[in-house]
Amino acid sequence: MTTATPNPTAVASTVILNHVSKFFGRFPALLGISSTFAQGEVCALLGGNGSGKSTLLRIIAGLARPSDGSVQVAGRIGYMAHSSMLYDEMSGIENLEYTAALYGIAAREHCVKAMQDVGLDPELPRLARDYSQGMRQRLSLARAILHDPELLLLDEPFSNVDTASAAQMLTLVEQLKARGKTIVVVTHQPELVRTLADHSIVLANGRIVEEKRGRA
Amino acid sequence: MSILTLALVNLRKDLRLEWRSRDTLNALGFFALLVVVIFSFSFDPNAEESRRIAGGIFWVSFVFAALVALNQAWARELRNQVLDAYRVSGASPAALFIGKAVGNFLFVAIIEALVSPLFVIFYNLRALGSSWLLATVFLLGTWALVINGTFFAALCARTRSREMMLPLLLLPISLPAVLAMVEATTALLTGEADPGMWIKLLAGYDIVFTTASLMLFETVLHSE
Repeated sequence: MTTATPNPTAVASTVILNHVSKFFGRFPALLGISSTFAQGEVCALLGGNGSGKSTLLRIIAGLARPSDGSVQVAGRIGYMAHSSMLYDEMSGIENLEYTAALYGIAAREHCVKAMQDVGLDPELPRLARDYSQGMRQRLSLARAILHDPELLLLDEPFSNVDTASAAQMLTLVEQLKARGKTIVVVTHQPELVRTLADHSIVLANGRIVEEKRGRA
Repeated sequence: MSILTLALVNLRKDLRLEWRSRDTLNALGFFALLVVVIFSFSFDPNAEESRRIAGGIFWVSFVFAALVALNQAWARELRNQVLDAYRVSGASPAALFIGKAVGNFLFVAIIEALVSPLFVIFYNLRALGSSWLLATVFLLGTWALVINGTFFAALCARTRSREMMLPLLLLPISLPAVLAMVEATTALLTGEADPGMWIKLLAGYDIVFTTASLMLFETVLHSE
């Protein structure tokens, strides 16, 4: 049984992972992952390179199918990948307007507000490729939350950004948590999310080696 | 949002990106021009011979020129994982495909319109058949190239050797369409035969492959 589609009826938890495994050929990227992410919690997915964090996030987002097990997701998903998911040859506001159209959101004001919320100037006459890394990360986050998703999946949101930008991103995540969003953060920097995470999972070689609920 | 509205959004996005980079139009135009010039130096036909071979040369030029452009058709969507953002959004795959195919059609048609006058000059051409039918053949033929090209380019986009895979998949399946384009164009240039059967074949080919591409694209989009 392998499903990774949004299921509006599964309401108690935003995400239910049931014995999820993923193989690339014979290589086991994930093995028997089971967990639940409750509504409004921040879950930190931790682990070294190749431990399966991003693969798990892609499976939750519905971008990859589990080889075995099932995934249930309640509500809309916002996904911020390690890459920016932005068109380099479009400005920030043009990127957001395009994304908004995909979700059937027509109002430009909505995109303007989303940019302002992440501290970017909507009128900046600059293409996304000319943004600094920190600005791209914030624009990428604005793109991911534009349609007001219930579940937000963030893959390395604090990597390759300076301390000030990381702090700004963290503040934004806190605000989203306060609005009741379920947030799953993949990160190499556990110290950044320690005060924020209600739930942390440490992966190694595709398995859960440590799972803690409650703040550190 | 309806599929057509979303297709227009995707088309507008592709046109805007192309306007700013001009990657596809430059590659397509330069390649088509080069092939036409090389062929014009390779042959020295009289007016009658020109009419007989021009259809073949024109379409062969554009089949290969379109391959250059179509190979890049999905590159922008893969850069920065933008295609994943589309997949997560749950927006209609058909809208993405239609937008992309119409965009590619416009790029190829624009270059055809620009290169055709040069072709007429180099080969001293004058159509003896109906110009309207010739225009119809150009539109149907270009759509036949583009619809399969867009689909197979998507299929090959995530393979390591996509530049090699696309011609290997596209050329055999385009053979009936290319045959119909060349025969219909030659018939209209020489005015010696009725192009009706070839135009109907081309129209049928377009309908079948447009339908098949639309039906199968969702599977291609969500393949890992």
